[in-house]
Amino acid sequence: MGRPALFAAALAGSGLAAPGPAAGEGDPARGETLFRPCAACHMIGPGAVNRIGPHLNGILDRPIASVEGFAYSDAMSEAGAGGRAWDDTALDNFLAAPRNYVPGTAMVFRGVHDAGDRADLVAYMDAAGTPDAAPAADAAPSPEVAAILALDGDAAYGAYLSSECTACHAAGGSDIPAIDGLPPELFAAALVAYRDRSRDHQVMNTVTARLGDEEIAALTAHFASAD
Amino acid sequence: MGVSRRVFLGTAAAALAAPMVVRAQNRPRVVVVGGGAGGATAARYIANDSQGGIDVTLVEPSRAYYTCFFSNLYLGGFREFDSLGHGYGGLATGGINVVHDWATGIDRDAKTVALAGGGSLPYDRLVLSPGIDFVEDSVPGWSLASQNAMPHAYKAGSQTELLRAQIEAMPEGGVFAMVAPPNPYRCPPGPYERVSMVAHYLREHNPSATILIADPKESYSKQGLFEDGWQTHYAGMIQRIGPDFGGGNVEVDPAAMTLTIDGQVENVDVCNVIPAQRAGGIVHAAALNDGDWAPVSAYDLSSREDPEIHILGDSAAQGAMPKSGFAANSQAKVAANAIVAALADGRAFPPRFSNTCWSLIDTDDGVKVGATYEASDEGIVSVDSFVSQIGESAEVRAETYRESLGWYDAITADMFG
Ligand SMILES: Cc1cc2nc3c(=O)[nH]c(=O)nc-3n(C[C@H](O)[C@H](O)[C@H](O)COP(=O)(O)OP(=O)(O)OC[C@H]3O[C@@H](n4cnc5c(N)ncnc54)[C@H](O)[C@@H]3O)c2cc1C
Ligand code: HEC
Ligand code: HEC
Repeated sequence: MGRPALFAAALAGSGLAAPGPAAGEGDPARGETLFRPCAACHMIGPGAVNRIGPHLNGILDRPIASVEGFAYSDAMSEAGAGGRAWDDTALDNFLAAPRNYVPGTAMVFRGVHDAGDRADLVAYMDAAGTPDAAPAADAAPSPEVAAILALDGDAAYGAYLSSECTACHAAGGSDIPAIDGLPPELFAAALVAYRDRSRDHQVMNTVTARLGDEEIAALTAHFASAD
Repeated sequence: MGVSRRVFLGTAAAALAAPMVVRAQNRPRVVVVGGGAGGATAARYIANDSQGGIDVTLVEPSRAYYTCFFSNLYLGGFREFDSLGHGYGGLATGGINVVHDWATGIDRDAKTVALAGGGSLPYDRLVLSPGIDFVEDSVPGWSLASQNAMPHAYKAGSQTELLRAQIEAMPEGGVFAMVAPPNPYRCPPGPYERVSMVAHYLREHNPSATILIADPKESYSKQGLFEDGWQTHYAGMIQRIGPDFGGGNVEVDPAAMTLTIDGQVENVDVCNVIPAQRAGGIVHAAALNDGDWAPVSAYDLSSREDPEIHILGDSAAQGAMPKSGFAANSQAKVAANAIVAALADGRAFPPRFSNTCWSLIDTDDGVKVGATYEASDEGIVSVDSFVSQIGESAEVRAETYRESLGWYDAITADMFG
């Protein structure tokens, strides 16, 4: 479908289009605040591990789609073919409009409109995620998520509850992310994050507002047994 | 943005759906009348959840269902017409007997459904999801006989294509008029999304044209969002005449192409008449209505007149849910769970419903309104709700539009397989 070509064109063109300011010009303190929505999916800093997105330690100059153990989309893997790395400009363009820059990316994020905000973000990531902040071997879920995972989820109830989800989430969906392939820890953690509104989204906040721990456990059991 | 990337094999797939009314004697029988948003979902979920334990027959006259949802986007040029069509091949493959015929009557004592093509289908439970019909004489001067001169395009298909052709043929600086319906009607934001899409088309192709809306309602769904959007994108193009200024007192003359609002005659080039609505005719034929609509229990969508008949979607008077495709799909799942529990020993779970309606105002300017619902003795009641805000960033609006694309793909797959 011409995705790699599109990406190459975007990379080539980015040198001509007005590039965002380099990381050196950004304000890392502002960037930390701006990183909050990213933290719903990404960890950065000491002990960072892969969550819904890969950890972002050492992201500046890190080869695209190179974190071991993270299942990147085909689109992102193709974008990283040949060892191409994230430089200031590529990060700036990606964060401005993720799905225009890497069509088909699994990162569900609308993008950061303001060029100054993007520079601040890149400066923060550069400062916070030094490469020596090595990822820990395993991610421990939060106590709340661990308690849900410890419940014996009722998969049949989960199947019934999932009929609400299939109105929007389809297998292979990209405009709304597919959820049937998510690992149970990430699936439950995402629902908890929407429920306590640490992750903001009008629809998902409303959907999860009436899910108790038992419902989340049931849904997790259903989606885990579905694949 | 790519409009043609979602193409459905509507008509081709329908050819596979050769009706075969083969019945195993011992399996309980469910007949579903109407293969739209509610009926198709109910048929699929009953067949799947009973794992073949229930014999499901779907009665639907059309070979392909054209969705009303997203039909406004076709008017605006954001969708191909073919992308709105869905065949019944997926349902037939899923083990459902698809009978392309009209149901003409229901014998509630004998528990049979009569078909226009002759013969009748026996049932243990009956599901009706026949959508809407129009209330005769609700717009003086208009009748179904004038739907070619003044299309409603409120049942999708050829009516939608006709309306689009008429908009394309408007003279420079012409007038597009809409007679908006009184409450309740299918898709509360539908007429106003349509106005937005027509305005989008006209701004590109016929910028001096204008839009005139005669509206009997004081206020309408997402009004603030639409009016803010019209101001931003289509300033000076759209005029809405509400009930205070006679918007509810209209008359049309399809031969002369005039619309009379509160005694004042307007010459118009296109007149989209959306009449008052009521439950599909079969509901009235079976005397399951109370007035225009069919009262149902919120717990399982069973008729208040007959507990072995479940009525879904637009036809049902169920309480707080809007008449939408999303709502019909949601109600169908609750009814299916109750039916499988009653006939095939399935587990019964508490009823829960949800709805979200997206509307597109202009390119990448999407808005949404949604809610979750539960059952009560009085009807379906809202638990929690949300709505897009005025002044949201362009990114949020573009994201909302993309969500609606994801929703369309997911929900049509959920309905038709
Ligand atoms: C312009 C417009 C835009 C819309 N946009 C949206 C939207 O964005 N989101 C949303 O959720 N909803 C939207 N809707 C509303 C949605 O289309 C309806 O609410 C939904 O289709 C209702 O489902 P239903 O099953 O009740 O009826 P329908 O989907 O209309 O299905 C009824 C079916 O029954 C068949 N039938 C009728 N009588 C008989 C009979 N006697 N025998 C056999 N078959 C019969 C018909 O042929 C039809 O196929 C929109 C509607 C319009 C008009
Ligand atoms: C909803 C979850 C989500 C949010 C929010 C999110 N991301 Fe991502 N991100 C992902 C996923 C998933 C991937 C992997 C994408 C793929 O494989 O296509 C990714 C990939 C990336 C990559 C490329 C990593 C690599 O190894 O090549 C960067 C850089 C990135 N995200 C930065 C950000 C920043 C900065 C933000 C906030 C402004 C953000 N992301 C917000 C989920 C998210
Ligand atoms: C009305 C549409 C809709 C419904 C119904 C819905 N979702 Fe979502 N869901 C979305 C959208 C849109 C997103 C992306 C939100 C974002 O950007 O954070 C999402 C995101 C998610 C995510 C995060 C995915 C990721 O990759 O980060 C999970 C998990 C999820 N939904 C689970 C569910 C479950 C479980 C249900 C049913 C109980 C459900 N959803 C019902 C629209 C919906």
